[in-house]
Amino acid sequence: MKLELGLIQIKDIQFSKECKVENGTLFVNADEVKTFVFGDDDVKACVKDAHFDIAKPGESVRITPVKDVIEPRVKVEGPGGEFPGVIAKVDTVGTGKTHVLKGMAVVTAGKIVGFQEGVIDMSGPGAAYTDFSKLLNLVLVCDPVEGVHQHEYEHAVRMAGLRAASFVGELARNVKPDEVKTYETYGIKEGMEKFPNLPRVAYVHMLQSQGLLHDTYVYGVDAKKSLTTIINPTEVMDGAIISGNCVSACDKNTTYHHQNNPVVEDLFAEHGKTLNYVCNIITNENVYLADKMRSSDWTAKLCRLLDLDGVVVSQEGFGNPDTDLIMNTKKIELAGIKTTIITDEYAGQDGKSQSLADADPLADAVVTGGNANEVIILPKMDKVIGTLDYVDKIAGGHAGSLRADGTIEAEIQVITGATNEMGFGRLSAR
Amino acid sequence: MSYRVVHYINQFFANIGGEEMAHVPPELREGAVGPGMAFNQEWKGEAEIVKTIVCGDSYFAEHEKDAKAKVLEWVKAEKPDMFVAGPAFNAGRYGYACANIALAVKEELGIPVLTGMYEENPGADMKDKVLIVATTNSAAGMRKAAPVMAKLAMKLMKGEKLGASCEEGYMPNGIRCNFFEKERGSKRAVNMLLKKLAGEPFTTEYPMPTFDRVAPNPAIKDMSKAVVALCTSGGIVPKGNPDHIESSSASHYGEYCLDGVDVLTEATYETAHGGYDPVYANQDPNRVLPVDVMREFEKEGKIGKLHNYFYTTVGNGTAVASARAFAKEYAQKLLKAGVNAVIMTST
Repeated sequence: MKLELGLIQIKDIQFSKECKVENGTLFVNADEVKTFVFGDDDVKACVKDAHFDIAKPGESVRITPVKDVIEPRVKVEGPGGEFPGVIAKVDTVGTGKTHVLKGMAVVTAGKIVGFQEGVIDMSGPGAAYTDFSKLLNLVLVCDPVEGVHQHEYEHAVRMAGLRAASFVGELARNVKPDEVKTYETYGIKEGMEKFPNLPRVAYVHMLQSQGLLHDTYVYGVDAKKSLTTIINPTEVMDGAIISGNCVSACDKNTTYHHQNNPVVEDLFAEHGKTLNYVCNIITNENVYLADKMRSSDWTAKLCRLLDLDGVVVSQEGFGNPDTDLIMNTKKIELAGIKTTIITDEYAGQDGKSQSLADADPLADAVVTGGNANEVIILPKMDKVIGTLDYVDKIAGGHAGSLRADGTIEAEIQVITGATNEMGFGRLSAR
Repeated sequence: MSYRVVHYINQFFANIGGEEMAHVPPELREGAVGPGMAFNQEWKGEAEIVKTIVCGDSYFAEHEKDAKAKVLEWVKAEKPDMFVAGPAFNAGRYGYACANIALAVKEELGIPVLTGMYEENPGADMKDKVLIVATTNSAAGMRKAAPVMAKLAMKLMKGEKLGASCEEGYMPNGIRCNFFEKERGSKRAVNMLLKKLAGEPFTTEYPMPTFDRVAPNPAIKDMSKAVVALCTSGGIVPKGNPDHIESSSASHYGEYCLDGVDVLTEATYETAHGGYDPVYANQDPNRVLPVDVMREFEKEGKIGKLHNYFYTTVGNGTAVASARAFAKEYAQKLLKAGVNAVIMTST
């Protein structure tokens, strides 16, 4: 399966009378995008009002409460469209050509649960902890219709974000990319013949699926209702996996993380050189023990079936999913396949407690995204996109997190993507 | 004015002699001796070794109590800003002496301490208690060890926050510390996997912990007489969360009275937990803290009595050390109140 990504560098975003991408600038007519976003019945029924704002790197701007971050892309050649099964019709994506608006994102913000949204600072010490501070962010702030059910509202805001990103992506359909990157994986036999001497490596991608606002969707399918399965890495570049999560901001995988999965990128960088990148195995993180056992059994079974030599395992979330991580790792190692795993830590604010809720000596190659309990002081920002009403309540905050002078004292847990367990960032701990 | 340092070395590094002179008792010298010169050079006048204590390794091992007392007396009199021992490299008894004397100075006198040695030196077993810089296994490594130890000592003297062990050069001491790596996590994971596949050495960023396993108490023979308490890490609190228990990484627990409460309702209770969807717990808090069922059991005589207080916190991202401290405290309250059994619910 071969996919070409045409990267279009976005250097500025401006509100304008028309919508277009020209010379690296995205011009946005907010009303036009809004009309498109509200073209969805669920959005119309659940979102009372929405408005757009722009946040740029280096500005004294705080975006909160952040729900999702999405990169605008558009399919220009080949079957299917972006976010298949959700926005585009179901069709296998991951081949042909896709245009990508690099350097920017659509960010959805506004209260969903109140506990489980995040913070993105565009400057100051907090900015170092989130790669989204380096992007030009087109922020869609949503307000719910009075009395709307939380689950329906989460769905509506999820759709609103994906629709806004699709609309913006479409603007780049006929723009000439600044750079083209090609990604290709092979069939089992084809790959073995092509790279007979390279170790066969796959990526075991764990999807948050604890349910009740902790969900991930694959081609529109709720991951908690699916058995462990196989997906081509290029499919995820076309938005085959999207986030439906309201969970601690630091280690939830936003849709942007899925589209730009760094494990996929870094395995491709070694593909054909030091390893043969076979495929991705996606497995869920359900709450019931039977589900955990079944899913991890299947992960190990697929690894063996594919005759793999090694896998990288990435986690999403913490605590309960630590058990899935360890079950997967243990069973894959026992099948004779080597693992490295990416996780993050909850070692306490003093760093002295055990970092994971489960452990096994077979998990001997661990990469960590850092201790999420570390306390940080975030200075007051000149402008807030969204609202500071939930800063004391979000996971990682505490009563008094928002101080009278506008500064915030909280754990880095509140920062979107701070300890990402796909290894998106450089934060670590020892 | 420069910082004042007391340095501890053994007979070998003081040029007294090798194994044959290891019996010499502690001796106090003015200024820097032997390896101390290297530290002075690194500090460039910002700090200085004012006294050097020399002690034979055998003497320390055989007369630990006396040796410690003598050294502590001298260090106390000197009132230094810092106490440095070694480095001991792979000398086993010297490493033992360095780690133990440093710990004594830290605990008895409250002065910052630092030592250095090879990772396999038996003294390195104390790395969780005393800051130990990892050195090579022979004295030839002094050139490498001196700048690392000098820099770390300077940070301690200035009271600066230490970076992660791998940045600063000390042995991992069980305190997890964040820092930014040069490469992103995914790249490090792929590189680590390639090493593992090739059978080359690699270093995990997080060695797996060993867990406490608590053996259950013997079963209660007659539940109809038992006082049973409800406890939860599911965050059920009176409406409005009066004690502000955090939605994640809880710093405290709550103790709430159940007198006259037959059932928890949406109007009176809610969850403070930020790790799960609160909708269903808020609708019916008994789903997490089953007061309703316990009251039924009480009426039916299945249990003696529901204890009239419940203890609650948020388990989400809460440090094990915090959870242990909460339980240690409220377990005493439960014992005192004559509670026989606890139902602990999680989410």
